[in-house]
Amino acid sequence: MSHGPSATGGSAISTAPNGHSSEPYVPVFTGETKARLDALLERYPTKMAALLPALWMVQEARGWVSPEAMAETGQVLGLTAAYVKGVVTFYTMYHQHPVGKHFVQVCTTTPCHVCGAEDVVKAFLKHTGCGELGVTSADGRYTVIEVECLGACGFATPVMVNSDFIESVTPEKVPELLKQYG
Amino acid sequence: MGFPFTPHPRETTVLSKHFGDAEARTLDGWKARGGYRALEQALGMDPLAIQAVVKDSGLRGRGGAGFPTGLKWSFMKLGDGKPHYLCCNADESEPGTFKDREIMRWTPHALIEGCAIAAHAIGAETAYIYIRGEFTEPLDVMERACEEARRAGVIGKNAMGSGKRVDVWVHKGAGAYICGEETALMNSLEGKRGNPRIKPPFPAAAGLFGMPTTINNVETLAAVPPILVNGGEWYKKMSRPDNPKSTGTKLWSVCGNVMRPGNYEVEMGFPFKEFLYDLCGGPPKGRKFKAVIPGGSSVPIITMEEADRALMDYEGMVAVGTMLGSAGCIVMDDAQSIPRQVARLARFYAHESCAQCTQCREGTAWTTKILERMVAGDGTAEDFDTLMSLAEDMTGKTICVLSDSCAAPVVSGLQKFRGEFEALITRRTVHTVPAIVA
Repeated sequence: MSHGPSATGGSAISTAPNGHSSEPYVPVFTGETKARLDALLERYPTKMAALLPALWMVQEARGWVSPEAMAETGQVLGLTAAYVKGVVTFYTMYHQHPVGKHFVQVCTTTPCHVCGAEDVVKAFLKHTGCGELGVTSADGRYTVIEVECLGACGFATPVMVNSDFIESVTPEKVPELLKQYG
Repeated sequence: MGFPFTPHPRETTVLSKHFGDAEARTLDGWKARGGYRALEQALGMDPLAIQAVVKDSGLRGRGGAGFPTGLKWSFMKLGDGKPHYLCCNADESEPGTFKDREIMRWTPHALIEGCAIAAHAIGAETAYIYIRGEFTEPLDVMERACEEARRAGVIGKNAMGSGKRVDVWVHKGAGAYICGEETALMNSLEGKRGNPRIKPPFPAAAGLFGMPTTINNVETLAAVPPILVNGGEWYKKMSRPDNPKSTGTKLWSVCGNVMRPGNYEVEMGFPFKEFLYDLCGGPPKGRKFKAVIPGGSSVPIITMEEADRALMDYEGMVAVGTMLGSAGCIVMDDAQSIPRQVARLARFYAHESCAQCTQCREGTAWTTKILERMVAGDGTAEDFDTLMSLAEDMTGKTICVLSDSCAAPVVSGLQKFRGEFEALITRRTVHTVPAIVA
C-alpha cells in the first residue's frame, strides 16, 4: 500500500501525458451501474461500506480512478472527496493514473524470488518494450509492475495481466503469453 | 503428491477431497457429495450445541494464530439484541500460503456451508467473505456459488426452510496484506483505510460496524461441516497420541525449491522430514535443502536439522523454535543466499506496513535498507547490533503484529545463518552458488 516517505521507496506508476483531459467529466453512476450500486447498498448497514465495491465499478468502467471519479463516488455515498482519496491511496489495486491497455503484475515475493521471478520481470520489461517498472510502453499497450505475494506460491511465478491470473510463468513463456494481449 | 496432483496415499483428504472436481463446484454436485447436510442439521440445533461440538473437536484457527474456534464463538453474547456479524477472512496474502485459494476455487459451497453454520452458531444473520482483490478466479467462483445457493433458498431470509435468516455476501478487497489482520479487515469492509484497530475492544464486543463480530479463516470454516456431520470425536482422533491440543487435518501449502510444490492435507502431528522428502519429493535434483520457513513468512526460519525432527502440529512446530502459522511452507535449497532472501522478506513487510505505528513504519523500512546494503557488499560489523535492536523495538510494541512478523525471520536468520551474514561483511561478496551434485 502506499504511504508516506519510506526508506525503501516503492514502485511508482508514472503519469501518462493524457491523464487529465479537458473534456467534461461523464458520471459513472448512472443507469445500470447506479442500479448495481443501489442493489449492493442493501447488503450493508452503512453506505460507506459500499465504497470499495463502488471504486471497483469506477475502475471497471474507466480503467482508473480519477480525482473527478473520487468526487463523484463520494457524492453518491455521502462522503467527501478527500475521504475517498484517503481510501483510494491506501490500496494498491486502484490506479490513480491511467495505465497501459494491459496491466502486468509479476509476483516477486520470497517464494517466487527463490524460483527466479527476477528473470520473469526482466523478460516482461524486454518483450513489452516498457524497459522500466511502472512505465507505460510508448505504444500505450503495456505497464509492468512488481507485485507483492499473489498467493499462488506453489505455482511460481504467478502473473496477473489485467484480471487474468496466470500460473507458472517462466522467462521463456513470456513472448508467447504476450501474443494474447496485443 | 499434493494438489494439483493426485493425492499421496499418506494424505488424509477431508477438505481437499474434491479439489480438481469441477462438478463439486455446483450446488447439485455439492449436494450429491453430501453437501449441505451439515447446514440442515445445524439449523435445527441450538447455537450453544453447535459451539459444543466444535469445542469438543479441538478445531483451532487455521489463519495463523491457532485460537480454539469453539471458544472464540462462545465469546459472542447470544440474545443481546444487537446484530451480530461473521467475517470470513479470505484475504490470504501470507507469503507461502495458497490453500484458501484452492478451497474457494474447488469447493465454494463448503465455505458457504461453513459460513452459514458459524453464523447461526454465533447468532448472526449476515456473513461477509472478504476475498483479496487479486484472487479473480476464487472471487468469480464464490460469487456464482453464493448466487446459486441464494436462488435455491439454501441461504437467504429462510435458509433451507428453517425460518432462519442467513445471508452470505462476497466482499472484494483492493490490495493490502494488512487487511488479513482481523481488525484491519473490518475497517476495510466498512469502507475505510485498512488500518488495524487497538484491542480492546475485541471484535466479539465491538467489531464490524461496532457490533459483536467473529472473524474466522476460510480453512477453519470449511472444516466445520465435516465436524458437524462426523462428530468431534472423529476429528479429535486425527492427531498424535501424545498431543491432544492439535486435532484434525491441516492443509500445507508447499513452495520454493522443492520437487513437487502444491497443497497437501495431512493429519496433525505428521513427521515433517517424511513430509518434505516422501510427499513433496525432496529438493530439486542435485541440490540439498538448506532452510525452511514452515508457517508462512511471518514465522522463524528453521535449519534442516530442526526441520528433520519437527512434527507438523501447533506444538510440534513450537518445539523446534518456530510456529505452524498459516502452514505456508517455503523451502530453500543450497543455491539460495539466506541474507538475500531475508532482505527480500523485509522488503515485503516494509511495503505492506500500514505506517500507523512508528516502530513498524520506520523499523521495517530501516531493516530492509540495512539488509539490502549488506547484501550489496557494504555491510559493517555494527549492522548486526543495529538489526537486533530494531527487531527488539518491532516486537510486541505495535497495534498489530506486522512488525513482529518482519522481525521473526530477521532475528532467526541472523542467529541461525550468522556465518553467511558475516561472510558478506568480511569478504564483501555475494553468496556463491555451490555446484550441482550429480
